Amino acid sequence: MSMPTHVSPFAIAAPEILVFSMACVVLVVDLFLSDRSRFISYLLAQLTLVGAFVLTLSGMSDASVHVFHGMFVRDPMADVLKLAIFAAVFIAFVYSREYLGERGLFRGEYYVLGLLGTCGMMVMVSASSFLTLYLGLELLSLNLYALVAFNRDSPLSTEAAMKYFVLGAIASGMLLFGLSMLYGATGSLEMGAVHAAIAKLTPNHIVLVFGLVFVVVGLAFKVGAVPFHMWIPDVYHGAPTPVVVYIGTAPKIAAFAMIMRLLVGGLGGLSVSWQGMLIILAVLSMGLGNLVAIAQTNIKRMLAYSTISHMGFFLLGILSATKNGYGSSMFYVLVYALMSLGAFGVVILLSRQGFESDRLEDFRGLGQRSPWAALLMLLLMFSMAGVPPTLGFYAKLLVIQSLVQQGLIWLAIVSVLMAVIGAYYYLRIVKLMYFDEPVAAPAVEAHSDMRAVLSLNAIAVIALIPWVGSLIDLCREAIRAIS
Amino acid sequence: MITQNLLSLTIWIPIFGGILVLATGSDRNATLARWMGLAVAVATFLISIGLYTGYDPHTPAMQFVEGGAGSGAEPWISAFNVYYYLGVDGISILLILLTSFSTVLVVISAWKVIQRRVAMYMAAFLIMEGLMIGVFASLDAMLFYVFWEAMLVPMYLIIGIWGGPNRVYAAIKFFLYTFLGSVLMLVAFIYLYYRAGHSFDILAFQHVKLTLKEQILIFFAFFAAFAVKIPMWPVHTWLPDAHVEAPTGGSVILAAVMLKLGGYGFLRFNLPITPDASHELAWLMIGLSLIAIIYIGLVALVQEDMKKLIAYSSISHMGFVTLGLFVFNAQGMEGGIVQMISHGFVSGALFLCVGVLYDRLHTRQIADYGGVAKPMPAFAAFMMLFAMANSGLPGTSGFVGEFLVILGSFQANFWYAFLAATTLIFGASYTLWMYKRVIFGKVVSDKVAALKDISLREAVFLGLLTVAVLGMGVWPRPFLNTVHSSVDHLLQQVSTSKIGPG
Repeated sequence: MSMPTHVSPFAIAAPEILVFSMACVVLVVDLFLSDRSRFISYLLAQLTLVGAFVLTLSGMSDASVHVFHGMFVRDPMADVLKLAIFAAVFIAFVYSREYLGERGLFRGEYYVLGLLGTCGMMVMVSASSFLTLYLGLELLSLNLYALVAFNRDSPLSTEAAMKYFVLGAIASGMLLFGLSMLYGATGSLEMGAVHAAIAKLTPNHIVLVFGLVFVVVGLAFKVGAVPFHMWIPDVYHGAPTPVVVYIGTAPKIAAFAMIMRLLVGGLGGLSVSWQGMLIILAVLSMGLGNLVAIAQTNIKRMLAYSTISHMGFFLLGILSATKNGYGSSMFYVLVYALMSLGAFGVVILLSRQGFESDRLEDFRGLGQRSPWAALLMLLLMFSMAGVPPTLGFYAKLLVIQSLVQQGLIWLAIVSVLMAVIGAYYYLRIVKLMYFDEPVAAPAVEAHSDMRAVLSLNAIAVIALIPWVGSLIDLCREAIRAIS
Repeated sequence: MITQNLLSLTIWIPIFGGILVLATGSDRNATLARWMGLAVAVATFLISIGLYTGYDPHTPAMQFVEGGAGSGAEPWISAFNVYYYLGVDGISILLILLTSFSTVLVVISAWKVIQRRVAMYMAAFLIMEGLMIGVFASLDAMLFYVFWEAMLVPMYLIIGIWGGPNRVYAAIKFFLYTFLGSVLMLVAFIYLYYRAGHSFDILAFQHVKLTLKEQILIFFAFFAAFAVKIPMWPVHTWLPDAHVEAPTGGSVILAAVMLKLGGYGFLRFNLPITPDASHELAWLMIGLSLIAIIYIGLVALVQEDMKKLIAYSSISHMGFVTLGLFVFNAQGMEGGIVQMISHGFVSGALFLCVGVLYDRLHTRQIADYGGVAKPMPAFAAFMMLFAMANSGLPGTSGFVGEFLVILGSFQANFWYAFLAATTLIFGASYTLWMYKRVIFGKVVSDKVAALKDISLREAVFLGLLTVAVLGMGVWPRPFLNTVHSSVDHLLQQVSTSKIGPG
């Protein structure tokens, strides 16, 4: 564990400190703002994210630095993931402004909770001990519970928050229970030390495997893998769409980091055991997610089931237990976040006060009502389905090749067949938009900042193709430093 | 400089041209979109002519090569050694010509007929053209796959937006069927990538040693993709639906070019990469081909809908292609390739003929027509020629391919040739019987009596196809010369066993 003395630990954790303190500043400043100048809270939040982005970017290096007694780590993977989280949260905030404003929800708390959640994700990404990881996770989760209930007058919203809270608490409990068993077996909370201790134990050490099962269950709850997915559709359906944009993107990136830190960084020695568990989770998630999504009539619920299937796909990369696979999963989760941002962004773009535009029928004839929005959605849907030449295809390709490399060809075949099933419901959106006659719906209008960001967001899935090689390299480089 | 990038130009001019048409066009100034579409299509065709004239038919080596590991170019995706790697041989260059030629016809044929979302229509076909040429020109398997799958997107939209009453069902069925076929090919590509020492180079795939078991599995993975595309019996059921529902232009592109992608796939992948499995499974391929030729020919006979009839006739004719490829001799293979090109002209022409009638009466039922020759004599003459070509009359392009394939299969086995030759009877029956019912006889209704003969625009595209069909029928030498050395090279690859340790 390298710890150069000349680097202050506070400098290493500067982005976290910035985001956390700014969250407090926004909280206080917001108290003194009238509704008309509420805009300032939004700007401050966005500036914070930009600042954290710049700070992280300037501190990037190839080395991994452990500080605070090995509880906190800064390595290339953490940096890249944090940059992606900042970008995702930034975009989610842009999409949220008009929506919240129109519905009288434009309050500083949304941005405070969002920033605190971001801080939680950053801590998760940089955790190198069970304790920090759990702290980060809870910091994120508590903010998410509150965000889901943000529209407190909506019964749907509060019900979703309640379900989310109860199931989330159970999941946290499982995770904590598992972690305590691991602590008992290895005598350490620090990932590196746990890894070393496991190497000395027999791999089927009963307490270890028991602890591992609970940890995997906890993780599966958090990413929403089948059979621990029940909260996802309700939360996606019930929460206000800007909150779904937030929940559905950046936390998935953080979840990837959490899995990497725990299963690879800490429990890499047990990979044979967790591989089998992840295979079951992944296959079930892809199967159930894709099949049930077909039956949905609400696009937020449909995208919720699509999330479940995407999480299954992303677990496939991790379970190959090679650096190649981890890099593939990382690329997958980043691409997924990009696509998901865009898809929910389009739902927000189409919605108006009193018209959520979240039923599938609301997309009827969009190709004629608003050709531009329809084209963006078309790109995003084909990308989610994994149809070349969109980015979604390269993400799937990477994961599949890591399976083939490990000789898991049957799993590769299962995954591509699931992708074909999944293509059906994405195609249905395209069908509704282009093949059906338009329905009466409010005209599509939005501020230019939202339009510009959403357009860039959606076009990125096709415009980035010439540079897809560099993006993949970036992810593989980031993984290389992981032990 | 220009000649080095000719292939890239034929791929990207239509794609970017299509995007430009889409961006500038709206239904208010549809004329602009039409002219831009035509300009892009003609420009691409002229460039592809340039490719053809610059092509040296004496060598089987890839020509107009761009990129690739050998050229010192930077890889496109360095993590997997994916290169932007293009090149053509005698087989692909003809198919590229066919693609760019067909697209020009499609643009002209849509001039008056398509009134809704014109810019999008033109853009979809131009982008399709670029992607299809990309498929034929790719020498990197991943690049090939990207073009191959991307093609589904515009075709899905073409069928779904401008198609007939049951278009949604047909579009989704088309997409999922072909998508399912191709994903297995993707897994095979990735497997070969590891076996070929981390390379997606198709030419490197052709040199990988594989055990028979591996070859058979890979053969079936490819088969899933190409047999669906061609399509072979029994995975052909998407084609009649797609053809019937697609707008005329969509049917033309489907029949003229997209079906050829399957045949091209067999030539480029199955035969050279899994030669032993190809020999091992030739009985299956030949059996399925003969079923397609005979059974589907009989099915075509009873169709009530003209488009469906031509669709089934396409499947039957494509059976000839696969039969020719899997008898493993020069006549069979060259016959198969010529049959692909010829079928592109003939089926395209027949679909355009049906389109001409459909635009006037808005029905494709054979029973609704009769006596069309009276009001439309010029049209009747054109359609006569194409019907004859479809039944393989000597002097038309249809004859050359069928004759060569029968000749080739005769060398392999008398009974193959015997059964294949029955198509000369079936093909003639269903095509000419349809022709008789539609064109001759009494004028069945006032509507038919009031039909107007073809316009100058329609005469142009039917005339161009007439030239192609007759030219190829009377003087097939240039086509055969172009493919000859590539076919010889391929046959040599197929006859060399690849079984052995990696």
